[in-house]
Amino acid sequence: MSNQDSEIPVVLTGQHYTTGNHAAAEGSIAAGCRFFGGYPITPSSEIAEHMALRLPKINGNFLQFEDEIASIAGVLGASWGGVKSMTATSGPGYSLMVENIGLGLMTETPCVIINVQRGGPSTGLPTLIGQQDIMQARWGSHGDYEIIALSPSNVQECFDLALEAFNFSEQYRLPVTLLMDEVIGHMSEKLIVPPKEELTIISRKKPTDPPDKHLPYKADDSLVPPMATAGEGYRVMVTGLTHDERGYPDLSPEAQDKAVRRINDKIRLNKDKIIKLEEYMLDDAKTALVSFGTSARAAKGAVNRARKKGIKVGLLRLITLWPFPDEKIDQLADQVDKIIIPEINYGQVTREVERAVHGKTEVKGDFRLGGAIHTPQEILKEIERN
Amino acid sequence: MGRVEVRFAGFGGQGIGLMGRLVGEAVALYEGKNSVMTQSYGPESRGGASSADVVIDTEDIDFPKATDLDYFVVMSEEAYSKYIPRLKKGGILFVEEGLVTLDEQADKAKKIFKIPATKIAESLGSRLYANIAMLGFLCANTKEIVSEEALLKVMKTKIKARFVEKNLIAFQKGKEHQQEG
Repeated sequence: MSNQDSEIPVVLTGQHYTTGNHAAAEGSIAAGCRFFGGYPITPSSEIAEHMALRLPKINGNFLQFEDEIASIAGVLGASWGGVKSMTATSGPGYSLMVENIGLGLMTETPCVIINVQRGGPSTGLPTLIGQQDIMQARWGSHGDYEIIALSPSNVQECFDLALEAFNFSEQYRLPVTLLMDEVIGHMSEKLIVPPKEELTIISRKKPTDPPDKHLPYKADDSLVPPMATAGEGYRVMVTGLTHDERGYPDLSPEAQDKAVRRINDKIRLNKDKIIKLEEYMLDDAKTALVSFGTSARAAKGAVNRARKKGIKVGLLRLITLWPFPDEKIDQLADQVDKIIIPEINYGQVTREVERAVHGKTEVKGDFRLGGAIHTPQEILKEIERN
Repeated sequence: MGRVEVRFAGFGGQGIGLMGRLVGEAVALYEGKNSVMTQSYGPESRGGASSADVVIDTEDIDFPKATDLDYFVVMSEEAYSKYIPRLKKGGILFVEEGLVTLDEQADKAKKIFKIPATKIAESLGSRLYANIAMLGFLCANTKEIVSEEALLKVMKTKIKARFVEKNLIAFQKGKEHQQEG
């Protein structure tokens, strides 16, 4: 388990024509993932299938567990064993995982969870698209925490953002969610995998102090403590209870204040580095679309159609969904008369946009519930209304 | 060239998904255009109608699904009945004539190309080559979807080595097929 430093990521450099699910699996492998623990669920199963084929050949491990609760526990354990680890699931599986995702947040365990979203609630629409788990990704587990969630809009981004998700999880030490959706997961498109040496791969900081002096939860100014792997000679203390810098339970308000503030602030302080946005034709826009994932494709098509008619519309595409780009939305509210949010749910990102505009501009959701995707023409109609 | 929507449809086992994959990949990797391939996906896909859609565009593909078909390549009766309403008025129909009986709904097609792809495949030893025979026929009759050169490149890399030769023959037979009437 301790030889991961010497491992060479097997990067499939070149052009491919493949699905979002396979691209996300390859992006994870390129990032250095060598453990997948999961339970197959539509529409994410191809990720598990692909990892089961690939990992054993590259000195990795694939483990199918009895359910999603055990899967995420295994993923956290593998991470503490020093291996970059992940799972892939969909809404119902993510629901089962949220307790241990909280454990991962409290114990600052790097790992990646891919949620290929389908329509919910409950078993909902197993084979059809949803974007209804945005708030679950943010607030699914209990307590105060910040999370990172990324949302790809094409097959290339499934690869790129899976890799980025690993980098963020390693850099900031937390479970990171890649929020895909059924359409992106199953569609095939061109994927270009760059040469290995062109990829930026980040791995967790290791302690440099002597083991007998080491405090596993003492952070420097980055607020992210170095992380020792079990078996390297350092004390490895892992508890979901509020803990002090030694990792020992300390159930005082002071310890809670210090620990919980830090796991939130390590993300809040770095949100400018984490938030990725695409701005499309926003410069002179009077109406802005805010969208993400599959919906953002049709939104861009609507912008192109509106521009041909001389309507000043632009698109803000949220590549990072969490942390939410409050400042950017606030600026946009100063510029435009209206913000329209095409999303495949009943108003999850719309609610965030409403919060972030501080009442300065009109906000309108353009909702589909699960199962259907917007056409560019439908979004154009919404733009032309009024 | 603007957006072109193609649907391949038939029943499970005919290699419909492979047709979509080969065409999609040929276009995206060897012709410098964008393509998105999606396959029918759901509990109904098992044993019944199977379909694969390829959307081709020189611009970004903003809507990944095919809804108004420019081309409908159909290899079973069930798939014909299910999807013929999706063919654009003035669209083009490619038909496995041994397996599909056309009705008045086909009248809206600008052109109808017919080939007994399964019979041709059987003459080569297996009906499994019918899909590739159909692709050869498609290439011979329209330049708008994919070039023969690009498609052959992908076939050589994506089809298992021991089946390549027979498939190339099937492709050639499909290409050379002259429809009656």
